[in-house]
Amino acid sequence: MTQLVSISSTLLYAAFVLYLIATVFFAGSIKSKKHTNQTGKNKWATIAIIITIAGFVSQLGYFITRWIAAGHAPLSNLFEFITFFGMMLVAAFIIIYFIYRTHVLGVFALPIALLVIAYSSMFPRDVSPLIPALQSDWLAIHVSTVAAGEAILAVSFVAGLIYLLKDVDLTKRGKQRFWLEAVLFTLVIVVGFIVSTTAGSIAGYETEFSYVNPEEQTETAQFALPALVVPHQAELLTEGQFATSLEMPSIVNASRLNTVLWSILTGTALYLILRLVTRKSISALLQPLVKRVNLNLMDEIGYRSILIGFPVFTLGGLVFAMIWAQIAWTRFWGWDPKEVWALITWLFYAAFLHLRLSKGWEGNRSAWLAVIGFAIIMFNLVAVNLIIAGLHSYA
Amino acid sequence: MNEITCKCGHVNPEGTELCLSCGRALSESAENRKTADVMRYEGMARRSQTYNLSIIDKIWNFFSSVKVGVWLIVITLIASSLGTIFPQALFIPNGTENVYYEERYGIAGKIYYVLGFHDLYSSWWYLLLIGAIGTSIIIASLDRVIPLYKALKHQRINRHESFMKRQRVFSSYSIESPEKSIAQIKERLLKKRYRIREEEGHLLAEKGRFARWGPYINHIGLIIFLIGGMLRFVPGMYVDENMWIREGETMAIPGTGQEYFLKSDGFTVETYQQGEDSEVFNNTIEREGAIAKNYQTDAHLFKREEGSIAGQQGELVEIQQGAIQVNQPFKFDQFALYQVDFRQDEYSSMSFNLTEKASEESVGSFTIQFDNPEKVYELDNGYSVELTEYYPDFSGFEDGEPQSVSPIPNNPAFLVRLFSPENPDGEVAFIGIQRNLEPLGENDYALEFAGVETRDVSGLTVRKDLTLWILGLGGAVFMIGVVQGAYWNHRRLWLKKTADGRLLAAGHTNKNWFGFRKDLEYAFETTGLDKPKDHQEENLNKKESADAKEENNRDSTS
Repeated sequence: MTQLVSISSTLLYAAFVLYLIATVFFAGSIKSKKHTNQTGKNKWATIAIIITIAGFVSQLGYFITRWIAAGHAPLSNLFEFITFFGMMLVAAFIIIYFIYRTHVLGVFALPIALLVIAYSSMFPRDVSPLIPALQSDWLAIHVSTVAAGEAILAVSFVAGLIYLLKDVDLTKRGKQRFWLEAVLFTLVIVVGFIVSTTAGSIAGYETEFSYVNPEEQTETAQFALPALVVPHQAELLTEGQFATSLEMPSIVNASRLNTVLWSILTGTALYLILRLVTRKSISALLQPLVKRVNLNLMDEIGYRSILIGFPVFTLGGLVFAMIWAQIAWTRFWGWDPKEVWALITWLFYAAFLHLRLSKGWEGNRSAWLAVIGFAIIMFNLVAVNLIIAGLHSYA
Repeated sequence: MNEITCKCGHVNPEGTELCLSCGRALSESAENRKTADVMRYEGMARRSQTYNLSIIDKIWNFFSSVKVGVWLIVITLIASSLGTIFPQALFIPNGTENVYYEERYGIAGKIYYVLGFHDLYSSWWYLLLIGAIGTSIIIASLDRVIPLYKALKHQRINRHESFMKRQRVFSSYSIESPEKSIAQIKERLLKKRYRIREEEGHLLAEKGRFARWGPYINHIGLIIFLIGGMLRFVPGMYVDENMWIREGETMAIPGTGQEYFLKSDGFTVETYQQGEDSEVFNNTIEREGAIAKNYQTDAHLFKREEGSIAGQQGELVEIQQGAIQVNQPFKFDQFALYQVDFRQDEYSSMSFNLTEKASEESVGSFTIQFDNPEKVYELDNGYSVELTEYYPDFSGFEDGEPQSVSPIPNNPAFLVRLFSPENPDGEVAFIGIQRNLEPLGENDYALEFAGVETRDVSGLTVRKDLTLWILGLGGAVFMIGVVQGAYWNHRRLWLKKTADGRLLAAGHTNKNWFGFRKDLEYAFETTGLDKPKDHQEENLNKKESADAKEENNRDSTS
């Protein structure tokens, strides 16, 4: 069984590499001089989509082998859930690709899937047994449907991003230019998180503190990166390790805040280097990739993926969620933060649909809404799990 | 009623934007607005757009506005998010609300508490928001669905040229035989499962009209769901009780009106063990320590039989037995019992020896059952112990009086009077865990701790919810409606042979223009004609090619 787990990890790694290669081919397909419309048959794109599918099959292999090895659906902790979300993102992209045949979507969707999968692997990757609350068939049903719904909705973010990169005038100062760059900067921060966490774990860095928690008990906290901030009434247990004297209040998880600070520092450094070297904003760097994009089509892809994703998300995130909550937690709804944020996500996309259907919010506005929607999904995925502790606190 | 008579002679009700018969624009506003906006409700008269005199009109108009609806959604969304900044009152220790927030979160916590955000989701204004959304859903749907239904039901086939020209997809063809082309297109569209209607050589092909009802059906589902949510407050529909049941104990199940009783055989906790459970879990078990595998209460359910005489209590008859586990509630009648909590090793009894201090000899022993402490424990040879006072959860003295914070024997303590032949009036002692006080002076006898028995306690939730099926129905109807509206599209193609022999083709779809264009391409393939032009696409392409030209110029000059 442990062998199966290692096979599973290898398959995931292979999928990651394949997605990376496929991205390169997609990039080649839109650079191809022969195909100016960026749709339809194109040798580069054909190779790219084949590699993408190979990667997806490999990741599916990871999922199945891990399921067999663990004896339960590998959707029970943050690593497993986010990885699955990445896989669904690729699946959603493949489906949309075969409907619309837009190569440029691959250039942006795959890197985001790569970022998601890399992000997930920063969390403990061990196969963990199920606590009683998770021992139910609804684990597989509810969690996979939510991930699929959110992934389809995320395609609208990709389409929206492409739309904005082309549509927003980068030669003039303005709110849109600023926020577009801010969105891309956030993605660089995620890269910063991955880089700094990986560096810390390769170096085997560990600092330990004892501190006083809000219940006035003494506990220990592990820091995987040099401590820029220290916990409440902290005492350094590992001598000689770096630590500042910036003490946090007891309600703040200093170890996580420290990781966030390192991610922002690393991300900002990467961003500044990029800007200094290229003398361009990231938006301007990416804009040549999208200059031949059909805006109408991007708008339509974004809208279509929300139309497809919204019912799936409702089913997984609200309907199945309520059924399981009634079985496991005695009530179908209990205002747990994760539940509330699922409701917020749902309300947001409902507002999107009403604005689009009745107020004619198309194009630019619709693209911005898609970006905000993705931000809400990510907030629920990342922040609610790590900052606001509730019943859903995995990992 | 001010009726509007169209140029074609058709009489339309007040407020109509596009003539119901030929499709001409009837008002200046309909003429000037974007086609997509007019076509949304087929240019029908809507109550909210027509009347605005009485207070009822004004309320109706307010709630029928999608703009208002969206604002309500957005406000609810923001309000909901505020409730997750700090934990809600129901997640923090009961009764500590007034201090908890300030102590933990400082001034921000205090503001949060003072504004009532600690109990946001049951605040009057949050419920009002939900109510307003409900009202908006009902009124906005009625305002639209009835005119839309009428318009789509009575669609005419022959439309005026001006109606067709205004459509996003439109082309005019000057060809020899429009009839032939119409026949060819018809044949193709039939293959694509369009429903075709013809009249005097004009044609209307339509597909997926039922997608237009999706939004209204999902709104009905939401209303059913909200009604289900309100029904919870009707007495008898909903039971939410908790019970703590000890090993071996039999007790009435709260909320069942003394009809059902539960006996616990005991509570079990299991954790994952290395070597016993799959080896793939070893790393996690090592990292995290004990991980729970099972929480289980084994129980017997009894029902009280009807007493033969009114008011008389009948016998308890066992009707069911089994395990109550997390994710596997124990169901009976309309109730379900859930394993939600436990306390391990609660004291069930304590034993003591009565000892003469001088000789350190025991003169007798007794056991106090905390369920049922006796008033006096008689020992042999004239010795006895009187339990003057019992403090199950002793927390200290206040003004010299011992205090108990709960009825649970977490830290039992007793005020006792020890009777012996030497002291027939008794000696007073206060005893507890590692505590032996003699408040009224030195005693000759003392109670010596001789042993303790413990047992586990299961925390169960008793639930009855008769609203579940209504909520389920609402959810199902919502899902059907939302899928119907999202996964199908309403596509229409009008073909018209004009008096001067041209062929006009106009198309409309409520969404997914990409798919519609594909249908058109297929339909026009055999005619040798170009498919009708999508003007929005066209304009964009023009802009694109202008951009590209400009770019090329720039490239060549630089």
